[in-house]
Amino acid sequence: MAKSDPNASLKLMIVDDSNIIRRRIERSQQIARLEVVGSANNGRAAVEMFRRTSPDVVTMDLTMPEMDGIECVQQLVAINSDVLILVVSALADKATAVEAIEKGANGFLCKPFTDRQLNDALEELLSEA
Amino acid sequence: MFKESEIRTFIEGTTNYFEATAQQAASVGSPYLVTDGNPGAYEYTGVIGISGARKGVVYFTAPRGMLTVLLMRMQETDTSDESIRDLVGEVANTISGNARRDFGKNFVISVPVVIAHDEEKVTTPHARSFVIPINWRTHSAKLVVCLE
Repeated sequence: MAKSDPNASLKLMIVDDSNIIRRRIERSQQIARLEVVGSANNGRAAVEMFRRTSPDVVTMDLTMPEMDGIECVQQLVAINSDVLILVVSALADKATAVEAIEKGANGFLCKPFTDRQLNDALEELLSEA
Repeated sequence: MFKESEIRTFIEGTTNYFEATAQQAASVGSPYLVTDGNPGAYEYTGVIGISGARKGVVYFTAPRGMLTVLLMRMQETDTSDESIRDLVGEVANTISGNARRDFGKNFVISVPVVIAHDEEKVTTPHARSFVIPINWRTHSAKLVVCLE
């Protein structure tokens, strides 16, 4: 599996209902071995794209139309329990972060974030692989 | 009833947003109370409905000029009307979501509703609102908190 080799490239999917945030994450992430394979603007579209592109890493917003991020995390983990999911959300309460982790997310980054905070969070996520 | 002391959460959320996103601090003026149900709006407004333990709305409203510069500070090259709408909704969503740090999980926020080019359509569910004036670079904006 790609994740066991620290130099292997990994596929990244970005999920957020904001185009600006999706583009910002794509632009700001500086992890050389992450290749963006797709992005989705709600949980339902994310599940479909996940099945098509089989990403190794996902950044996941929580407050989205159609299917929220918590439900989406559950569905992605049910499809592939090895996926690494970084929740990127404005919901800053501890209970929400704990719930996301319990449902299968591997990390939590609170919006608003700096480029450095995003990259640090992704590095930490990948160190778990 | 929403207490004046609770406005601090939203002031911190606003200053934190500009510092993290634009790497340039915004100054926040003294919050004031509006009791006539008309806190006012600029050209673009992102409205978040609040439900759960609190009920009402939080909205961020700003002129196009401020939002365009904010996009540019984020290295975003698309400054179209669509991107401006997206940004104003995202600002409102982020500041409202951050308020859960103090108000907890039962402070339930909706996805943003954006109102543009029609300031008269921006309304509040109650007559009483707190307004937080925001100054950033040469621009003015405001955050309006209208909660039971």
